[in-house]
Amino acid sequence: MSFLEIKNLSKKIGNNEVLKNINIELEKGGFLVLVGPSGCGKSTLLNAVAGLMPLTSGEIIVDGQVINDLHPSKRDIAMVFQSYALYPNMTVEENIGFALEMRGVEKAERAEAIRNVAKVLQIEHLLDRRPSQLSGGQRQRVAMGRALVRQPRVFLFDEPLSNLDAKLRVEMRAEIKSLHHNTDATIIYVTHDQIEAMTLATKIVVLKEGAIQQVGTPAEIYNRPANLFVADFMGSPAMNMLKGKIVSTSGVRQISIFDGSAVVAIPSSVTTDLVEGREVILGLRPEGITDSGLVDPTADAIARIDADVVLVEPTGSDTFVTARLQGTTFTARVRADVTIAPKERFTFVFNLDKAVVFDPTSGERLL
Amino acid sequence: MSAPSDTVSAGSARTTRLVIYTLLLVLAAIYLLPLYVMLTTSFKSLAEIRGGDMLALPRDPSLDSWFKAWGEACIGVTCEGIKGYFWNSIKMVVPAVLISTVLGALNGYVLTKWRFPGHKLVFGLMLFACFIPFQAVLIPMARVLGIFGMANTTSGLVFVHVVYGLGFTTLFFRNYYEAFPDELIKAAMMDGAGFFKIFWRILLPSSGPIIVVTVIYQFTNIWNDFLFGVSFSSGAESPMTVALNNLVSSSTGVKEYNVDMAAAVFAALPTLFVYIVAGRYFVRGLMAGAVKG
Repeated sequence: MSFLEIKNLSKKIGNNEVLKNINIELEKGGFLVLVGPSGCGKSTLLNAVAGLMPLTSGEIIVDGQVINDLHPSKRDIAMVFQSYALYPNMTVEENIGFALEMRGVEKAERAEAIRNVAKVLQIEHLLDRRPSQLSGGQRQRVAMGRALVRQPRVFLFDEPLSNLDAKLRVEMRAEIKSLHHNTDATIIYVTHDQIEAMTLATKIVVLKEGAIQQVGTPAEIYNRPANLFVADFMGSPAMNMLKGKIVSTSGVRQISIFDGSAVVAIPSSVTTDLVEGREVILGLRPEGITDSGLVDPTADAIARIDADVVLVEPTGSDTFVTARLQGTTFTARVRADVTIAPKERFTFVFNLDKAVVFDPTSGERLL
Repeated sequence: MSAPSDTVSAGSARTTRLVIYTLLLVLAAIYLLPLYVMLTTSFKSLAEIRGGDMLALPRDPSLDSWFKAWGEACIGVTCEGIKGYFWNSIKMVVPAVLISTVLGALNGYVLTKWRFPGHKLVFGLMLFACFIPFQAVLIPMARVLGIFGMANTTSGLVFVHVVYGLGFTTLFFRNYYEAFPDELIKAAMMDGAGFFKIFWRILLPSSGPIIVVTVIYQFTNIWNDFLFGVSFSSGAESPMTVALNNLVSSSTGVKEYNVDMAAAVFAALPTLFVYIVAGRYFVRGLMAGAVKG
């Protein structure tokens, strides 16, 4: 049985439905990441779970208990806010201990709990400081300490890393991940950063305009996106969307892309029977289009296609190449040591094992 | 940033500066002149005042008129000086400032962090209270005080000043708390703090600057108020400002300018004190907010 369950949850603000019939389940110790563009309702959903915002309808169940009408402090849920929300007038020690103090925990016991948490987060030397005397990363740790010390049933994180610089963000991301491993906490985490979502989650929920687009493991979301929105939102650079048409050559159905200048096999991810002449969109991530040296030797279906190079972006580890064929541009990922320059003709290898096919009208992935 | 120094020579910059400072000094002197006359006159004897040289320093400075103003001067028919009225004012101003500040803070807290349907209307009405001229409410207020049995009492004056201060104190605190992050309130709620705990432990400790501003504003207004004092109190219950007026206007033969001046300085001392003591915290509070934290 799932530990945290959100059932048919809806939230209306005025006539605007900001959350539409949300259903999510999470097992104990799971790490759920809510991801989506800004304004998709992910923070609203988090606030609803925290009890900071009333629901219009639906249920939130934690450990078999419906917590809809419980006051935030009675839900046994702790939250780390985007701005950290550290109490400016209190020291780090008082900040971390505040929740325990409000629950009437004895002073000695409180000090013990604060020390333990401070040790885990390596902020023991900061306990006497005030939030204004801390750096961004230290504030982040204190905010996490304040949640940890309560040992709640569920942790909520609201874009906790968005105020940190790039290097610190990667560090803290790893730390949150190891914290999750070590404490076995149940976590709901909101972010708009798809890399954070991929690296941290055991389960990802992609939201758009208040509706769930897809729920799945990071691999499922990445490799088998449910629709064009998820495919486009997750992954950077974004997935290539190539317009195609089903053709039949000597009895075998294939997809013709680039206005008929190339014909490729129908990817194995599609089992539906695609009739001849049907329009489709072939989705292939940049790493599915490579130079001939980077081809996956185990790939079943590949296609070699020549195209004109438009732009070359070396990232150091690999090089992203934008190329054009028949007016359609696509992005490929090639080895960093391949010499390639704009305006050249280059042979790209399409790995169709990694491809997915979408219906252009509904935007849904064809199974 | 070196462009200005290319076009303005060091010499002409110094001249400009000199002109500015001279002008400021002259204006400051004019501004301070009444205070100077008050102070010097209060130390002079009546004979010396009659000599006519208002700006001269006292030849033979004495504190006689100060003692007389405090303990012996006649106000109306009693000749016990202004000390009783001074304490009346203190007894009025301290509770009135405290109560209106605390209520203003609570109002600001509710209007920004515990919003209820119609909170904008309520705030609008409170704001409206700031614009009602005091004269317009004298008679209804006298009636209300009569019904409450608080006519001609210090507590009656406290009540009036609290009611009329609320609009301003609420405005101050609401605008201050408007900028206070909501996430802190949410965090405290999740930590298990209730309505008053959040106010007392989170909000108030961060309100130093606005408390100082409100206290200075309320103290000065209430201490210096004459209209409510003269309308809602009489005789021995009057506040300092009313007594000062009575002292100056009730003459028993000779007009004692030195005593009048000393009494006026007494009346001005508390507000001066509040500015000197609290003003420092006021500036400090502003500076603390100005530095990125």
